[in-house]
Amino acid sequence: MTDLPPWRRPPRDHFPGVPAWGMPSTMVPQERVAFSQIGPVTRDWAWGGADGSGIRVCVLDSGVDATHPLVGGIDQAMDVVRDDDDMVVVPVDPVDEAGHGTACASVIRLIAPRVSLTSVRVLGNGKHGTGSALLAGLSWAIDEGFDVINMSLSTAKEQFRGALSELTDRAYFRRCVIVASAHNMPVRSYPWPFASVISVASHDGPDPMTYYYNPAPPVEFYARGVRVRVAWPGGREILSTGNSLATPHMAAICALILSKHPTLTPFQLRSVLYLAAENVAEPQGGS
Amino acid sequence: MVLVNSSGLTQRRLLQAIVEMARSVYGAAAASVFLLNQETGDLVFEAVAGEGEGWLPGTTFPAGTGIAGWTVMCGQSLLVDDVSANPQFARDAAESTGYLPQSIMAAPLFRDDGECIGVLEVLDRDSRPRRDQGDLESLGLLATGTAEVLALLVRLRSLESTHDDRDGADAGGMPVLHRVADRLPAASEQVRATVTRLLQMAEDLLADDAAGSGRPDA
Repeated sequence: MTDLPPWRRPPRDHFPGVPAWGMPSTMVPQERVAFSQIGPVTRDWAWGGADGSGIRVCVLDSGVDATHPLVGGIDQAMDVVRDDDDMVVVPVDPVDEAGHGTACASVIRLIAPRVSLTSVRVLGNGKHGTGSALLAGLSWAIDEGFDVINMSLSTAKEQFRGALSELTDRAYFRRCVIVASAHNMPVRSYPWPFASVISVASHDGPDPMTYYYNPAPPVEFYARGVRVRVAWPGGREILSTGNSLATPHMAAICALILSKHPTLTPFQLRSVLYLAAENVAEPQGGS
Repeated sequence: MVLVNSSGLTQRRLLQAIVEMARSVYGAAAASVFLLNQETGDLVFEAVAGEGEGWLPGTTFPAGTGIAGWTVMCGQSLLVDDVSANPQFARDAAESTGYLPQSIMAAPLFRDDGECIGVLEVLDRDSRPRRDQGDLESLGLLATGTAEVLALLVRLRSLESTHDDRDGADAGGMPVLHRVADRLPAASEQVRATVTRLLQMAEDLLADDAAGSGRPDA
């Protein structure tokens, strides 16, 4: 248990006479943990030379076809299945009949080739995705402590809003960075508008590393999402457009930054993303 | 018993008007609305303008396949290009629709409660310079209106089905009767006459049966 960093431990015991969330600093020695200083942020400082090594990325989607050449293997494939009244997460073959998750995984692999990829299938499974499978899969991914969770999906069902909001807050405090697709239609959907997740929509430029900060959120960033060459079932490729494809670009950029600066907190990562964005970074500061 | 779904005709005409409009706006080869079967996840063509409009309505796409399947799963609108460069996809599409598109654009249709009930799809838009992102955004706007009409149609069918059940109809035969009622107006004169005759025979048979053994359980 002590091997776990503070942000991954269960809530600590209370001290007599001390408020539950207070810190008895005169009684308890301060634990030393690694911190990252943010230097002058340029794109080169942020991710120059990084390849995603050491970072675990979870793709919550329709599954991932591990044999696709653009995916190049994955480390783990899980499925969410119903067990009586519960939804449980179980190992499964790394396949993807629909191809949506494989397409997302191929974008991540292109930008951050050395990340460890895990697939959790929360969509498909004989019918369209259910909110309860999504909640169970996301909860599992947060418990497992993935560094980055890619969610190229959203639910428009209001009844899942509260539970999703709690989960994304939990992820934020455990340093699991959730990167989620903003909706490109005028509908209310979740979790992308939550402040605890990094939300992504599309720009129409061709460069996979170019992204913009949106000074008028809830959409926070625009990443490449138009005519993107992605994996398609059966080892093939296809050109696709949509926020679903912009999201893995941003997730992969997060993975690059974290692989170079592993002790960044989610709020620091957001600052780095902000400072290195195309429309924010000093022109001479770019890589 | 409602043999012809007359009260649904307005909604069907509205749906047809929407796909005609979508086809015209994008200068597309075809535009269609799918209804999602909530039990199986299959997608059924409800309205088609352009390629396949004569015979596609009523046919089914299996759950989770194709771009429409992606759209239902992730709840997002999507666009794919160079589809026909993909032999397997082309064959699947040809077998199910009889038409090979180069590009497909699709948006999910949401009911008020956030449930996805269908998909609006546009094949091969090509009348203007390419505007992938803008086109996808306008498709989203169009989808919002389409969803309202589709939701109305679904609600109406459900009401009629309840009404028919109360009339003592055999619930097991209702889906067939609905499909027949839906397709009858579009059938050729000869087929329509034959189907009407068959339905009259069925009604006579039921009337005889009811007279002989009392009404079946309601």
